Amino acid sequence: MASLSVPASGRGLLRRPTANTGFWSWFTTVDHKKIGILYGMSAFVFFIIGGLEALLIRAQLYQPDGTLLNADQYNQIFTMHGITMIFLFVMPMSAAFFNYMIPLQIGARDVAFPRLNAYSFWVFLLGGLFLYSSPFLGGAPNGGWFGYAPNSTTDPSIGMTFYAIGLLITGIASTVGAVNLAVTVVNMRAPGMTLFRMPPFVWMGLVVQFLLVFSLPIITIALFQLLFDRRWDTAFFDPTRGGEPILWQHLFWLFGHPEVYILILPAFGIISEILPVFSRKPLFGYQFVVFSGIAIGFIGFGVWAHHMFAAGLGPVANTAFGITTAIIAIPTGIKIFNWMGTMYGGDIRFASPMLYAVGAVAMFVIGGLSGVTHAIVPSDYQQTDTYYIVAHFHYVIFGGAVFGIFAGLFYWWPKVFGRKLGEASGKVQFWLLLVGFNLAFGPMHILGLQGMIRREYTYPETLGLTFWNQMSTVGAFLIALSVLMFMVNAVRTQLKARGETIEDPWDARTLEWLTSSPPPAHNFDEIPTVHALDEFWHRKYVEDERTGRLVPAQAGASDESEPPHGGGHGSIHLPGPSYWPLVSGLGLPIMGYGVLYSWWLIGLGAVVVLVGFYGWALEPSVAEE
Amino acid sequence: MGARLTVRKQALWTLGLVALALLLSACSSEATQDTLQPVGEVAKQQKALFVPVFWVAVGVFVIVQGGILYIAIRYRHRKGRERMPRQTHGNTRLEIGWTIAPAVVLAVVMVPTVSLIWELARPPAADALNITVEGYQWWWGFSYTDDDMVTDWDRPITIADTMVVPTGREVYLSLESVGGGAQDANGDPDFQVIHSFWVPELFGKQDVVPSQTNHILFSVDEPGTYEGQCAEFCGLQHALMKLEVVALEPDDWDAWVANQQTLPPGPTDPLAKQGEELFLNPLSDGRGACTACHAVGDAGGAAAPNLTHFADPTHTCFAGCNWATEDREALAAWLEDPGAQKLGAKMPDYGLSPDEIDALVAYLYSLT
Repeated sequence: MASLSVPASGRGLLRRPTANTGFWSWFTTVDHKKIGILYGMSAFVFFIIGGLEALLIRAQLYQPDGTLLNADQYNQIFTMHGITMIFLFVMPMSAAFFNYMIPLQIGARDVAFPRLNAYSFWVFLLGGLFLYSSPFLGGAPNGGWFGYAPNSTTDPSIGMTFYAIGLLITGIASTVGAVNLAVTVVNMRAPGMTLFRMPPFVWMGLVVQFLLVFSLPIITIALFQLLFDRRWDTAFFDPTRGGEPILWQHLFWLFGHPEVYILILPAFGIISEILPVFSRKPLFGYQFVVFSGIAIGFIGFGVWAHHMFAAGLGPVANTAFGITTAIIAIPTGIKIFNWMGTMYGGDIRFASPMLYAVGAVAMFVIGGLSGVTHAIVPSDYQQTDTYYIVAHFHYVIFGGAVFGIFAGLFYWWPKVFGRKLGEASGKVQFWLLLVGFNLAFGPMHILGLQGMIRREYTYPETLGLTFWNQMSTVGAFLIALSVLMFMVNAVRTQLKARGETIEDPWDARTLEWLTSSPPPAHNFDEIPTVHALDEFWHRKYVEDERTGRLVPAQAGASDESEPPHGGGHGSIHLPGPSYWPLVSGLGLPIMGYGVLYSWWLIGLGAVVVLVGFYGWALEPSVAEE
Repeated sequence: MGARLTVRKQALWTLGLVALALLLSACSSEATQDTLQPVGEVAKQQKALFVPVFWVAVGVFVIVQGGILYIAIRYRHRKGRERMPRQTHGNTRLEIGWTIAPAVVLAVVMVPTVSLIWELARPPAADALNITVEGYQWWWGFSYTDDDMVTDWDRPITIADTMVVPTGREVYLSLESVGGGAQDANGDPDFQVIHSFWVPELFGKQDVVPSQTNHILFSVDEPGTYEGQCAEFCGLQHALMKLEVVALEPDDWDAWVANQQTLPPGPTDPLAKQGEELFLNPLSDGRGACTACHAVGDAGGAAAPNLTHFADPTHTCFAGCNWATEDREALAAWLEDPGAQKLGAKMPDYGLSPDEIDALVAYLYSLT
């Protein structure tokens, strides 16, 4: 590393930060674990904001002719709810898990590009803050998260310009993050960890990063076109000047459907980790689960037009996309059956993580089945754009992804913080969430079939939709209560005097549990050598060859003969903290405001970005000792 | 242990029965846009496709959720009984099985699906009634484009908010998003945006897309009024962009057509006459003119609903079909300040005096 060192004395503007602890260290950290925590905390804050927006929506719809919100406020709130939950909560929360767990699960010291990792986080956060500055600067986005043109290009308020720029900024965060994690998984696995010894969570992570890398360019193009239409009067989507409104829909959903799998596959990975641990059995049909995940990734790029069955693409396109939509149900079904196979015959302990994981499977099944009914094209002409769809994707994204996220939070909390979340509270919260969730979103199936359209701020009593709307609102507030319980649980857990550290509370199977909790900055004192899938499990138990039963391994029997990898304590080089990712990230929202207000600001933002990259490039990756 | 299980079972049964009762109550709904109570042929076909698939899904649901519950209970860890389960890693034959079985089920389901996609996309019969549906922000307009539907003043019959159709005859809708170039009275452009035309009890939706013309082919046998609304988010007042379809028996239909083809006789009552003056001429003090956007007969613009037969009994609702035409107070309130009734309505507040409003209301009610 010495060859990389550049004398630091020449640059006095920002002296290299050295602290690894304390408040300011969070702004300069490049440690994947700290960045993971930052991601998780920020995403959770956005979850609360998006949840409050959902409560406003449900309060408005509690009764016919609701007057809590007017049309304008409602349109902004449902748009921000969608944008927040998708781009600012589920995606970054998944990034939090990937960031923290992937290096640990593959036995690496950090991600491939630690400063890029920090950059990814800061750009995401700044993009989110940029979007949330819009209500104070003339109005939040109001054209739906799907931003259909020409409504989005012609709307007179400033909101959809914020939408285009804000999503472009968070798109940069996701893209660099995805490249970083994909390179990490491909290049930085511990010795012996072949691809098919990777934990399923790492596999799903890898698939998600590829989905991001391939789908984000599509929405980037669409958002640029939208921005140019709005800001510089181009006519990509303007039918009066030869533009094509349907083009936006193709581009948006060609990104938007893989996006659904970007949201759900991380949860599939978490479930695939937790079910084996709490059933004390290996994942049933590991290869099938992995390959079905990859298949979902591929087919996910071939179903986008099922969002557009009513757009008038013609019977040929509708037939083709109806069939592909049916086909994607097959790999999804495989996963569900394999998860059942994992639990079958196990010794199932229903600790909180397991409850959420099984809950996620059960709820996702409902979302999957209603998804299959979308493939029935002529019947989808009735259901599309109604609350039936709202019900469907909440069963997938809330029932699948959010339950999965809670499972992951309860499962890995002891890993990250060295202490378990309260179990009793976790269980009560689960049942409350399960009941609240089904009460909130179950009735929406009925509402949709009874003719309630999406995105309407009011409905008259004569439509006969009042009762189920009221049930749904009650359910939404039960969900809120459940989330509140989680927050209390988390705070109480963190405030408790630190007891004895729990190193392996769940009798887990994968490498992240091999090191201490929380792990040291360098993750592993010694990089482990991997001999099998579920390496950590096999270090604890050996299979009796005669009976197929497991017996505890002899203490100290494992690989003492292996040569140590990565050297001992003394020679571990970790990337030093740095200001530059944050600085270069700060330039992007400045440029964004420039696009809205002034060319001078664009220039200023560009200068900040360039200065940031310049400082970054000249800074040695490892701090001088 | 046994007693506890019974309690649990009882709780489960109670929960199940409550859920079932609620679901059944959902079937006998008061909903007026219910896709599960179809009247039109197309909506019936669409429901007939949905229902069997729904029951297949219920079957899968019961098998999978039942399986999860069974496994969760049967193989749960019991206190004080440490046991290490057998380490099965998979079963290729089983896994291939549950790959193929759903594929077969889906293939079976897709056969009637594809067949109905093509049936609904068929060309109309020669005697089908042609209607052009126009989506504006935020109301629906309808033009009857057949040769025998021309008015005395050589324009197609044009109405707003309610679409009148004959029973027992195919109707072929051409969906167009209008407004490009058109301006409202403020001079703001009335944007062409995407809408979606939907009358749940008659037919599923089709988007109304600028730059292309989509079609719906449907028929209805029962006379009556059917509610619908725009289903694709189209801006501020998407929620208040509704319509009604009025289906008339052939005799009533003929009478309706004949009435639409002629101008209404004109007001006799003095107040209504005063209203006619107000309507047809520019308002005082440069406040604008009703006919800049609205038409009665051959006089007036096309940017706003055609009011020629505003008070015809089939025109049951106005302003995006959110108020009953017969509701005199609602009409007066609308004229006083449209934006107060429907935030962002394209019709501006003309500062009409109460007397002017009374006169205009009287005039509009004379247009039968």
